[in-house]
Amino acid sequence: MDFLNYFGNVFTVYHISLLIGGTFAGLVLGALPGLSPTMAVALMIPFTFHMEPAAGLILLGAMYTATVAGGAISAILVNVPGAPANIATAMDGHQLAKQGRAAEALYYCFTSSFIGGVLGIFVLIFFTPPLADLALKFGPTELFWIAILGITIIGTIGSRSVIKGLLSGLFGIALSTIGANPMLGEDRFVYSEHLESGIHIVAALIGLFAVPQILTLIEEARKDKNTSVHALGESKLVRSVVYNLKRFKALTIGSLVGIIVGIIPGAGGQIAGLVAYDQARKLSRNPENFGKGEPDGVIAAESANNAMVGPSLVPLLTLSIPGSPTAAVLLGGLLIHGLFPGPDLFTIHAEVTWTFIDSLLVAQVFMLVIGLILSRHSGWIMKIPGHYMAATIFILAAFGTYSIQSSYSDVVVMATLGVFMYFAAKLGFSPAPVVLGIILGPIAEDNFLQGKLIGESGDGVFSYFTSGMLNITMIILCAASIAYSVYTETKARKMRASLIK
Amino acid sequence: MSLLTQKFTKAGITIGTGLLMLGVSVANAESYPDRPIGVMVAYNPGGATDFQARIATLASAKLDKDEKPISVGQPIYVTNKPGAGGRKGWNWFASKAPQDGYMLAAYNVPHFIAQSIVFDTKYSVDNLEPVGNWGADPAVLIVGKDSQFNSATELVEFAKANPDKVTVSGAGKFVGHHIAFLQLEKAAGIDLKYVPGKGGVGAMKLVKGGQVKAGFNNLSDAARTAGDIKILAVADLERHAFLPDVPTLKELGIDVDNSSVNFRGLMVPKGTPQAVIDHLATTVPIMFNDKKTLGKMKQTNSPVHIMNRDEVLKMWAERQAALTELLAELK
Repeated sequence: MDFLNYFGNVFTVYHISLLIGGTFAGLVLGALPGLSPTMAVALMIPFTFHMEPAAGLILLGAMYTATVAGGAISAILVNVPGAPANIATAMDGHQLAKQGRAAEALYYCFTSSFIGGVLGIFVLIFFTPPLADLALKFGPTELFWIAILGITIIGTIGSRSVIKGLLSGLFGIALSTIGANPMLGEDRFVYSEHLESGIHIVAALIGLFAVPQILTLIEEARKDKNTSVHALGESKLVRSVVYNLKRFKALTIGSLVGIIVGIIPGAGGQIAGLVAYDQARKLSRNPENFGKGEPDGVIAAESANNAMVGPSLVPLLTLSIPGSPTAAVLLGGLLIHGLFPGPDLFTIHAEVTWTFIDSLLVAQVFMLVIGLILSRHSGWIMKIPGHYMAATIFILAAFGTYSIQSSYSDVVVMATLGVFMYFAAKLGFSPAPVVLGIILGPIAEDNFLQGKLIGESGDGVFSYFTSGMLNITMIILCAASIAYSVYTETKARKMRASLIK
Repeated sequence: MSLLTQKFTKAGITIGTGLLMLGVSVANAESYPDRPIGVMVAYNPGGATDFQARIATLASAKLDKDEKPISVGQPIYVTNKPGAGGRKGWNWFASKAPQDGYMLAAYNVPHFIAQSIVFDTKYSVDNLEPVGNWGADPAVLIVGKDSQFNSATELVEFAKANPDKVTVSGAGKFVGHHIAFLQLEKAAGIDLKYVPGKGGVGAMKLVKGGQVKAGFNNLSDAARTAGDIKILAVADLERHAFLPDVPTLKELGIDVDNSSVNFRGLMVPKGTPQAVIDHLATTVPIMFNDKKTLGKMKQTNSPVHIMNRDEVLKMWAERQAALTELLAELK
């Protein structure tokens, strides 16, 4: 119960103002495309140089949690996820917004983020030692199977037909092979200077989501339909929060998935939302509502995103192994203050460490309150006429893409992919599987290559990939996931057939 | 306004602007630096090179008691251009960066030299000019804490009996860890298996998780987590102050020199005016030597090794020769 002793350190005027400032800035920055949590934390680290270690970490922690939630705002309101983690939120969240339930969707988003976030941090507080050992057991083979497990859900995410989903996913995986091979260094498919460093995931995310949205808005503005102007609806704050709390199943699935994905180093929090969304749909009584504005979709995705934050710090704080890309950047933030992950962190530096962890808990409360207040007033965004909205997204997309790594090439890639996606979307393809492919491709490839090298020097590649409890569990999960997809697909076909009769 | 006056006005503006620009450029050469200076880091923000570059340049605008600059004389900001193991940023720097001294870059030796030998890059030691070195991080040979090996000699003996059975992780191909690996193989006459990890952190994880039998990693990172691993040897000419009890490979009779040591410092592109290079060459080492900077470096466990331009030029030339020979045998 060490953590209870350090709340006093959090509640100083300076620290609380840092928390409020960091949370507010994080929510706003997170909502901008391009400023993913990883970027936001990286940009903030130099500012903490001159701060006390505790103050610096409080600011970084608040930014981390808030940007993860903030990405949902733009996902819901304009269908442009602020970060890869918020793709799943856009699927039902934006549908809700289109039905005039934008504020409601945002209430779900922040309530679930809060619940998931708090649960995740409790995992960090109480289960750090046993889970740290578990995290180490995930080697190349286990991570390879996790990537394959992710690929099994590609076909069913966001697309109307499984074939189109799989094709989009394949396209994403193909895109991810462009650039220098991360393991061996050789260039692959670098036909143009712009492709030299491959396709950055956030540049692709912005292109695939924002550009089609811009073009669609312009198209509709010309037709003078102005479909983007929606009635805001009453903002039923209390009713929405109560409804959210009653969605016990979606919340549990989301938080559990988020916690598990967070602990596994290298899997990346980016897929927590999508995996949770997929599980929530498979276990739902009305899976057909997903993609049409089902609150459970938003609830599962957002609780997963924030539940991932606490556990992603478990392997970081104990073993210096980050559980997510953002945690990797946070490692730099820790080192700069002379805080070296390991046992020292909880003995010599206990005061700073526990103050930081406690501040993460308090940050969740601020995120909830500020988020709900912002949601109440964010509805005006939905009233902005389409052509203004298109221009704004256009500027933010170009600016956000350039800012990722100060690279003009990223902007070219973003625009090219975006225009391509606009036409593909007209044929029924969806951007979500493409992004998932870009995320999962390198995880599968790197870990396969590493596993292959290790296997070759041992008992052989095949046996290395198929032995061990964790590997076998993963393979069974992959098989179950595929079998379930086949089962639902045939059931749906039979239903359609009987309807025709 | 008549056509003639218009023409005159236009000509006047053109000449005026021309003179103004001339004036500015003359002023530039004499009063360098008169505006903030950038440092391009070819790796992600938050990584070791990034945060060390930020700490190393902290004192750039510091003034003495008489309000005179003690080192470079202008604030320095860091801009990141990561990608392809550093190749993207350095390609940009060698081919597109302004050659006026207002854009510096952080270098990592042996990385950029090895890359320029193996790949078709736009940079090499021939078109870059060092101005000072701030750090040197040797590679260390590590194994998991439950490993069967207790010394580098035991590992070498085992590898002799079991060729290709010892897996060794490192941060990637053609970085310091890979160079140390190749040197160990060659010097000890053994065949090991190199497993490139996802950066130093990923390589360390493979060792701690027991997925590989051994690894080369940064001395600074290994020293930080000494409780979770066994550090068998240092790939450098002398023992390191952070790990006084760990022998060098050379002491153990394995002839590995300091070619794999990760040197970090600042450079400008070739074509930068000599006056600017001279100014930076004298002031940059002073900037690195600042008391507060050294304190921060110590706090972050970053091994400091300050060298001036001439020393770096010599070190670059040595590396170029050694790496050309070592990597030629690979092909």
